Amino acid sequence: MKAVKTIHLNIILSHSSGEPIYVQIEKQIRQCIMQGMLKPGDPLPSIRQLARNLGISVITTKRAYNELENQGLIDSIVGRGSFVSGSNMEMIREQRLRWVEDKVRELLEECRNIPLDVNELIEMIKLLDREES
Amino acid sequence: MAVEKDIAMNPAIELQGINKDYGHFQLKDVSMVVPKGYITGLIGPNGAGKSTIIKMIMGMVIPDQGEIKRNGQRYISDEGSFKETIGYVSDENIFYDFLTLNEIIKMTAPFYKTWNTEHLRQMMEVFQLSGNQKMRDCSKGMKMKFAIALAMARKPQILILDEPTAGLDPVFRRDLLDLFNEYILDESRSILFSTHNTDDLDRIADYVTFINRGRVVFSDIKDEIIDRYVVVKGNPELLDADIRQELVGIRESDHGFEGLSSDRSRAVALFGDSVFYERPTLEDIMYFTSKGERRFGQSEAIYT
Repeated sequence: MKAVKTIHLNIILSHSSGEPIYVQIEKQIRQCIMQGMLKPGDPLPSIRQLARNLGISVITTKRAYNELENQGLIDSIVGRGSFVSGSNMEMIREQRLRWVEDKVRELLEECRNIPLDVNELIEMIKLLDREES
Repeated sequence: MAVEKDIAMNPAIELQGINKDYGHFQLKDVSMVVPKGYITGLIGPNGAGKSTIIKMIMGMVIPDQGEIKRNGQRYISDEGSFKETIGYVSDENIFYDFLTLNEIIKMTAPFYKTWNTEHLRQMMEVFQLSGNQKMRDCSKGMKMKFAIALAMARKPQILILDEPTAGLDPVFRRDLLDLFNEYILDESRSILFSTHNTDDLDRIADYVTFINRGRVVFSDIKDEIIDRYVVVKGNPELLDADIRQELVGIRESDHGFEGLSSDRSRAVALFGDSVFYERPTLEDIMYFTSKGERRFGQSEAIYT
């Protein structure tokens, strides 16, 4: 047996949340990469192995990996498996910031409808942040 | 998705335009594929034609029309060597009642070139089956477990099971599904199993074929089917004749309706925010589809 660096990957699936399984996998792996729990070059479990471990369809798992690949987060090499990509971290952060920006825009729109003052909103955010942490 | 190519390139079993007329029941233009390396589920209500299709694949029923390709070949001159690559589990007990499990094993083994006694023993131990027990003293679940062990222990390329989970307790059922998942790890083995227990398939099936009244309703990647359909729930006032036409099946009560649409984006365009949307399970799809065709129980109750 070749010595392969094994990584620890926690994935917890909910079959009743209504969120597609492939999205749950994709999100959790992405989170691991963003938070640095998975480092560039780290091998991911093979699609079939992960499907087996999670007790789900091979195609569902494949779809999650495809999504991650499209986002530039992982690279798949035929015959060798999938690895965390190192090239794209800066872009990922950019993308996530843009995503947050979009959400904030939506939020501001809602606030104007109520109406709620921006300063009140900021207070509300601070309060919620304190409560959750 | 790259996955779709696999179906075209590598079907373990392929049925094309199958027709069979039994008088009281017909299979009509049935086409489906069992892709190599994946788990395919065959679902449908009782009497939909699942077992007939499986028997056709096994060569036990001859279609009136259409063709069946096994491993890419239309005719297999050497039926024996083909059967060697298949493990079949029937939905009925096909073993002699008066024999012990060990005797049945001894009787079955000579038919196969590849026989793995050690692996079979191992499986029987895991399944908690005793070889000295007579078949007739086995419970329904034990009989099924034995048939599964007998079929799987040879590690055939294709595993075909007719309602394998029917008489099984939920604990063993889950273990069995795990075993199926493990079985296809090596990419070359394929599994086809029929069930009306659609829970079995919600998680592990890669492909699903749905048969209703002798016809294929769909035969596709499971995830894509689930994405395509949507369950809508809302107030009964929303249901006019046009809306009814849009839905595959509807369940109505005094408090609201639930319906299935086969086109998610169309349903969203139609109902907007006026209804509640839910991701369907395979059971939802099966229920509403067969309900829609039967038009049974729509507002009139049987017990009144």
